[in-house]
Amino acid sequence: MTSPHSSHAAPQSFWRKYVFSLDHKVIGRQYLDLSLVAVTTGMILSWLMRLHLAWPTRAIPFLGVLSPEATGGIITPEYYLSLMTMHGTIMVFFVLTTAPFAGFGNFILPIQIGAEDMAFPHFNMMSFWVTFVAFIVLVSAFFVPEGPPLAGWTAYAPLSAVGKDSGPGEGWGQTLWVISIAIFCIGQLIGSLNFIATTLDLRTKGMTLARMPYSTWAWFITSVIGLIAFSVLFPACILLLLDRVAGTSFFIPAGLVISDRLQPHSGGSPLLWQHLFWFFGHPEVYIAILPGFGIVSHILPAVTRKPLLGPRVLIACMIAIGFLSYTVWGHHMFMSGMNPLSATLFSVPTLIITIPAAIATLLWIGTLYGSKLRFNTPALFCLGFISVFVSGGLSGFFLAQPAIDSYLHGTYFVVGHFHFVMGVAAMFAIFAGLYFWFPKMFGRMMNETLGKWHFILTFIGVYCIFMPMHYLGLAGNVRRYSTFTVDYMKGSIPLHRFITVAALFTGAAQLIFFYNLFRSRFRGEIAPANPWQATSLEWTTSSPPPHDNFGGHHPVVYHGPNEYGVAGREGDYIMQTSPEPEPVAAAS
Amino acid sequence: MGKVFAIVVTIITIVATAIFVSHVWWLPPDVSLLGAGIDRQISETMVTSGILFVVAQLTLALFVWRFADNNDQRKIKIFPGGATPMVVGAILIVGAEILALTLVGTKIWASIYVAPADPHSLKIDVQAEQFAYYFRYPGPDGKFGALHPELIDESSGNFFGLDPAHDTAARDDIVAATLAVPVNTPILLELHSKDVNHAFYVPELRIQQDFVPGLVIPLHFTAIRLTKSEIVCTQLCGLGHYNMRAYLEVMSAEDFKKWLNDQSAQ
Amino acid sequence: MQKPGFFVLAVVFLVSSGASTRASRFTAPMVAPGSVEGIITYTGTPPKMKPIDMAKEPSCAKQHATPVMTESVGVGPGNTLEDVVVYVSAGDMGGAATQPVTYEQKGCQYIPHVAAMEVNQPLEIYTRDQTSHNIHPMAKVNAEWNRSQPPGAPPIKVTYEKPEFIPVKCNVHPWMHGYFAVLSTSHYSVSDDNGKFSLKGLPPGKYTLTAWQEKFGTQTQDVTVSSGGTAKVNFTFKATPY
Repeated sequence: MTSPHSSHAAPQSFWRKYVFSLDHKVIGRQYLDLSLVAVTTGMILSWLMRLHLAWPTRAIPFLGVLSPEATGGIITPEYYLSLMTMHGTIMVFFVLTTAPFAGFGNFILPIQIGAEDMAFPHFNMMSFWVTFVAFIVLVSAFFVPEGPPLAGWTAYAPLSAVGKDSGPGEGWGQTLWVISIAIFCIGQLIGSLNFIATTLDLRTKGMTLARMPYSTWAWFITSVIGLIAFSVLFPACILLLLDRVAGTSFFIPAGLVISDRLQPHSGGSPLLWQHLFWFFGHPEVYIAILPGFGIVSHILPAVTRKPLLGPRVLIACMIAIGFLSYTVWGHHMFMSGMNPLSATLFSVPTLIITIPAAIATLLWIGTLYGSKLRFNTPALFCLGFISVFVSGGLSGFFLAQPAIDSYLHGTYFVVGHFHFVMGVAAMFAIFAGLYFWFPKMFGRMMNETLGKWHFILTFIGVYCIFMPMHYLGLAGNVRRYSTFTVDYMKGSIPLHRFITVAALFTGAAQLIFFYNLFRSRFRGEIAPANPWQATSLEWTTSSPPPHDNFGGHHPVVYHGPNEYGVAGREGDYIMQTSPEPEPVAAAS
Repeated sequence: MGKVFAIVVTIITIVATAIFVSHVWWLPPDVSLLGAGIDRQISETMVTSGILFVVAQLTLALFVWRFADNNDQRKIKIFPGGATPMVVGAILIVGAEILALTLVGTKIWASIYVAPADPHSLKIDVQAEQFAYYFRYPGPDGKFGALHPELIDESSGNFFGLDPAHDTAARDDIVAATLAVPVNTPILLELHSKDVNHAFYVPELRIQQDFVPGLVIPLHFTAIRLTKSEIVCTQLCGLGHYNMRAYLEVMSAEDFKKWLNDQSAQ
Repeated sequence: MQKPGFFVLAVVFLVSSGASTRASRFTAPMVAPGSVEGIITYTGTPPKMKPIDMAKEPSCAKQHATPVMTESVGVGPGNTLEDVVVYVSAGDMGGAATQPVTYEQKGCQYIPHVAAMEVNQPLEIYTRDQTSHNIHPMAKVNAEWNRSQPPGAPPIKVTYEKPEFIPVKCNVHPWMHGYFAVLSTSHYSVSDDNGKFSLKGLPPGKYTLTAWQEKFGTQTQDVTVSSGGTAKVNFTFKATPY
């Protein structure tokens, strides 16, 4: 199982070292930097939306200067939808897919399995740069003549397919959107293949599948999901692009009259796009959240100083979720006009998927029992992850039932639900991972006091933002509305204002994080090799690791990653590379 | 810090639950025959997930509070029984909930979306377009005229593309911008879209259905109270999405007759 | 470097002042401008205009005591036709019109229903409503655009460069329909609610006039305008009910 692959030499030139690098550690950091830019952009877009929802007639200072679409800083209905579309697309693709999977996965996975690099370093570099191009193409859609795309991150056809007649944002903006997502798919497909090959082929001596850390397991399962999901989204995007530019009619039926013009299309099906999109779209939710499962399961033992409860059960749960994620996409389409009989067919697996998710949650909570919990920042974000995941997961019970979804579909209840479960939960896992692995990545510790403030303010903030959205949804408040002119929704405006204030507050709390991040990168306390007394391989090498990760030798693994709380010895943990015998007491 | 976290989680749990329980923001009064089933299903789901929510969050808070000290002398303890009670518990509790909710929920869903409409229903053709709804009643002859998309001419008020010059069935069709229906009468809507995806959502009726271009989708309901409610679009359809709406007016049988006469007089 | 600039400015000044005073300087002593008047009528049965139901937009509906009717064929007393554009299609085309044409959205209606303008004449679009409109002039020859105008937003100012009859619509209020008649002449008139039109300030000479109605198409007639005289031209369109 030792690495058969002869590693490339450490590069010397600036370009090969920092830009077109083959080093998985550099590429991982590049992915994280990209998602940092993306998440900041996405967050600013969300503030603009929130400000507009709370005070729709007020001009936003400087916005008119930044964006020609918002004349005088007034957000028009179409500009609101563009903000929403770009927020969703940027967050889902360039943050939630990029950071926890491609970012941390690239940096940590090869080290955790004792490899010198990924299996295909050139493909690895390519996957990042392809993703980078996808991001540039997407952002450029802000600056095209007919305005940025506004069909939502789901880009339902025929709105997204028929072109300019269907309104602003449906010209070049939408075309660039499709092109960007298609390019993104290529990057993800290459990345997923690389992750799978690396995990299967490059494990060091003794690193059996059963001894792999849970984060590596999660990235491995995620890459299998991603390989199937993105290989469906890619052709779907190509078909949509052809409908837009080549006059085909995959998603456009006959007889549509848009802006008084009879459209020259016939024979397509709008539902086909929805099926293809959600066949990708639902697994995508797990692409965003499963790395979070892995990161939290990886960090919890180190901060509780005891083995994770039921590690094999947890891996089984992740595999089950990965498998089931392909059977549930129709729950996004209960109201779509597909055969209502199939609603039950999609509802049951959707409800069943909560069982492995519930087991995983119980395992994490059970791990806390009788622990010696260390309250560092990674620990706090793990706890926050559990809390938010429970809240978001339980609102899924409502939406998984067609009878209830028929009332709540398309309302803020859905917005609250998916922001909790895939947005905030995944973000908390990203934060936990960042605070945890930062010392390994940059050789310096992040500031703990600032980290704790960041956590507690963010934690309170996200509950103030997303919990009230459930109340709005129950009252029938429809999402994706730029202004609430409909009479019965006017009563919700005070609550919308509260949410806006909470969103700005939470956003301000992120300044603490940014300050901490940049300050620690240059001024932070020098990190030891293993600051958290953790067991896995990344903590056996220096911080940051040398170019070939382990300084010329191949680590040999004797234990699983779960050897914490070991009694009767000096440290309470056994490194995976430690040749000492397996202690009986710690096995669970 | 551990205790702070435990307190914060507890406060969030109590406040969030209190607001749900107090129904400060809750569903508007139901006006449809079958809506009560949905309301019951929502309440039952709310109770069961509410209990799970409170128990899970408070257990998390309790464990964090209890094991938060950094006492390195204390020995760790494994949860009694290990992972087995977690697995069994999750499968039994969640499984039972799934079974119960699905059995009851499927029946409600089927009664509204799968079961065919009453054969004596009043048929109304609904067209959604960017960014309005139009409703068509068949008129005295009880027949709808055929639709010709190429004849749509909104500047002359021909929203549906009717051909009264050649199609006698189309001549007495009544087209309105308001959905007027008689109370206690089964209504069958036939939803079709002129351009892109739209949706038909009336919170008071507890029904929602997408319009899909190229398809005619049936949707039936019976309103049991006189009311004027808003019909809103829940499927993103373009720049005017937020302002795409119409009114549903549930009238007495006499008022409806009179309304229909007024409309056809125009 | 300054000299050529000054020279160009001077030439522009001379040419432009020459253009604007051309009539008075060279022709005023001998001839006075004439005009053309007339009435637009129809024969046959025009389509019945339908009442517009604005229930969707209560803030507009309450501005109209009686329902607004569709305006695609505006008929007046004595079988006259409203909103017909009459313009010079051959003959003296007049100077460049610089007065802005205003187009208003009020009570979810376009006022006027048809706005005539010369190419490059400034067009200003105002909204007086409490609701957001989108203005979508569906141009084919000129550049097409589609933009929202929320309540209280500043006027949208545009010009069109090529002659075209451009249907205008608001997608948010699908009953709102109008026309921009972009013409290559500054001699144009739109018939009033009695079907009357008048073209004033025409230098004497031979003209071809075109009348355009959005449903019934165009008609042309030749007319000679004498110095200081008023020529009479009537147009009659053939109407069908469907």
